[in-house]
Amino acid sequence: MTSVKLKLKENDVKKIQEICKSFNNEPGELINVLHKTQEYFGYLPAEVQEEVAEGLGISVAKVYGVVTFYSFFTMLPKGRYPISVCTGTACYVRGAEKVLDEFKRILKVAVGETTPDGKYSITCLRCVGACGLAPVVMVGDKTYGRVTTDGVKDILKEYENE
Amino acid sequence: MAKFKTHMLVCGGTGCRASASDVLYENLKKEVKEKGLENDVQVVTTGCFGFCEQGPIVKMIPDNTFYVGVQPKDAADIVAEHALKGRKVDRLLYKDPVKKEHVPDSKHMGFYKKQIRIALRNCGLIDPENVNEYLAADGYEALGKVLLEMTPEEAIQIVIDSGLRGRGGGGFPTGVKWKIAQGVKGAQKYVVCNADEGDPGAFMDRSILEGDPHTVLEAMAINGYCIGATKGLIYIRAEYPLAIHRLKVAIAQAREYGLLGEDILGSGYNFDIELRYGAGAFVCGEETALIHSMEGHRGEPTFKPPFPAESGYLGMPTNVNNVETYANIPVIFNKGAKWFASIGTEKSKGTKVFALAGKINNVGLIEVPMGITLREVIFEIGGGIKGGKKFKAVQTGGPSGGCLTEKHLDTPIDYDNLIASGSMMGSGGMIVMDEDDCMVSVAKFYLDFTVEESCGKCSPCRIGNKRLYEILEKITKGHGAMDDLDKLRNLSNVIKDTSLCGLGQTSPNPVLSTLDNFYDEYLAHITEGKCFASQCKDLIKYEIIPENCVGCTACARNCPVNCISGERKQIHLIDQSLCIKCGACMEKCKFNAVTII
Repeated sequence: MTSVKLKLKENDVKKIQEICKSFNNEPGELINVLHKTQEYFGYLPAEVQEEVAEGLGISVAKVYGVVTFYSFFTMLPKGRYPISVCTGTACYVRGAEKVLDEFKRILKVAVGETTPDGKYSITCLRCVGACGLAPVVMVGDKTYGRVTTDGVKDILKEYENE
Repeated sequence: MAKFKTHMLVCGGTGCRASASDVLYENLKKEVKEKGLENDVQVVTTGCFGFCEQGPIVKMIPDNTFYVGVQPKDAADIVAEHALKGRKVDRLLYKDPVKKEHVPDSKHMGFYKKQIRIALRNCGLIDPENVNEYLAADGYEALGKVLLEMTPEEAIQIVIDSGLRGRGGGGFPTGVKWKIAQGVKGAQKYVVCNADEGDPGAFMDRSILEGDPHTVLEAMAINGYCIGATKGLIYIRAEYPLAIHRLKVAIAQAREYGLLGEDILGSGYNFDIELRYGAGAFVCGEETALIHSMEGHRGEPTFKPPFPAESGYLGMPTNVNNVETYANIPVIFNKGAKWFASIGTEKSKGTKVFALAGKINNVGLIEVPMGITLREVIFEIGGGIKGGKKFKAVQTGGPSGGCLTEKHLDTPIDYDNLIASGSMMGSGGMIVMDEDDCMVSVAKFYLDFTVEESCGKCSPCRIGNKRLYEILEKITKGHGAMDDLDKLRNLSNVIKDTSLCGLGQTSPNPVLSTLDNFYDEYLAHITEGKCFASQCKDLIKYEIIPENCVGCTACARNCPVNCISGERKQIHLIDQSLCIKCGACMEKCKFNAVTII
């Protein structure tokens, strides 16, 4: 399994237990627990999943099954500036693929990967619902509309010195 | 709303917010205050107006002036000119693309002329975070009427008589669904709103939830009373933070006003609503998968029967309806089943909301009566194809639908006609494509989506779609053979016939419909190695036309892989072995000296 190994600190374990408890340690709340946990850690490595399984009294396999089923959950840490290129149909027909290729070319990482310095990661997402602005790229919470291949450099420039 | 002379409605939908409409709102408020107009002018954030192409939008009430592409810095002009002096700011008015004239108000815009807004009636009109505005727009009147004056049977009969069919895609009669759920006994029944809008390129449900969340709450309470449920759940995508926020606000306000909770409006009926979050899985739009996901499992569908009405959430009788279906319910009770049934075609009543996107001038959200033709939607409301290009296809129904072509343009849109044409209504995505789109690649794009989103439970969908994708990939790379076309068709039919749920049963539709309508494009890829639309990289070559090249070096300077050689004022040359076919040279050349062969 290509996952990042991580030794959980005592604080982290406590945090996971708190989250589980806030949902009454109810196994049916697994997805909500994972949402909260990912919000806190940024991703869901194996060690975190083990702790969640413990907290809800279910098997690690069950947790792993759910984490890998839904695209919102990730087992790899994202970059400090996560880049999401919308590859919904509206963006696709307006050239999202070329924009995505340009990000991959410049940053030299594939979709789902993070640059070695941990600064950027590239993911695809399916429709943010801003189809009027297609093609759309999001960096963190910031939305960029009508992005062209030329515009990719300009977007990255904004984060150059950070 | 009566005491103000002017209302400035600022679109607060996701699209316009991405273009800084929230800053615009603050600026307008500031300007109004500075000019001392607080008692005359009200600035309101509303839901989506639908005209997303030219957002951010500001609409002035009562004169319906419609400002487009408004930047935060334009706030000063709007307040100083329009609000203070009553003069329209011409430069911000919508410009008719044909007549090249400014259009004074929304009533004269082609985009709105043929629309009938029922589900979207309050979007762009009321402040979605203020329950009083919803109440002023006849909100919760239907709930009161149903709870205090009707038996569940009477209320269900009205929904049946209206002819309303499920807007999530399947088109099952809503009233009949309620009647079935009512007839099943259970210790605890549930009402579920499916807000897991997974169709890429569709944003109808998001806009309704962002623009008019109370209508969904009201309809769910009516639904609950009809089938005997006291609990409601909204399953919503975690990717829609703004819609989630507005729902939370709306639920809290409804509880505070006694419109949710115990003894609603003194009727003795209890009903409350909770949110459940999706986590990005297209298959969760299928109701059994959705229910599994709400229970904290992988969102895998199960065989029906048993239907959710018999055994749904936690094994209890559950009624699942889509957001848009619910948005129609209060109006049906306010205006009557007969009125609703008078709109639309014989078997498809009312209106349908479509998310119009792709290569079209007016991208946006529209609501049209059933029975309107694709031509009216694309060329009148949508304003035609972008950049004066030629219309090629329109894709309806998302990954489950098909690509329709020129010959279908005059077919009236309803559930049955679309299926007969080889597509389907789906949830309402409508993507327009022009001559630059390769239909084989479009089919491949959808299959790529299906392969990724297949839950993997049944083999026809899990394995079959992957094989379909591989054959399409082979064709777009120029390695296709004639018998691949037979394989595509046969395999598609097997997947349709044998898959467990709606996802697999419809996933080959993009392949079948493009095979039917664009067979010559498949042939050209296979027999001539040609892609008409010049989209398939392996089948095209960029070359420089020596007669046109003036040696300006623009292409060479912009080539990302430095594969163009040539001195200043000399004819340039592309090294085909290095070219990645990005097209940057062609975009940059001002002399039409780069061509695709």
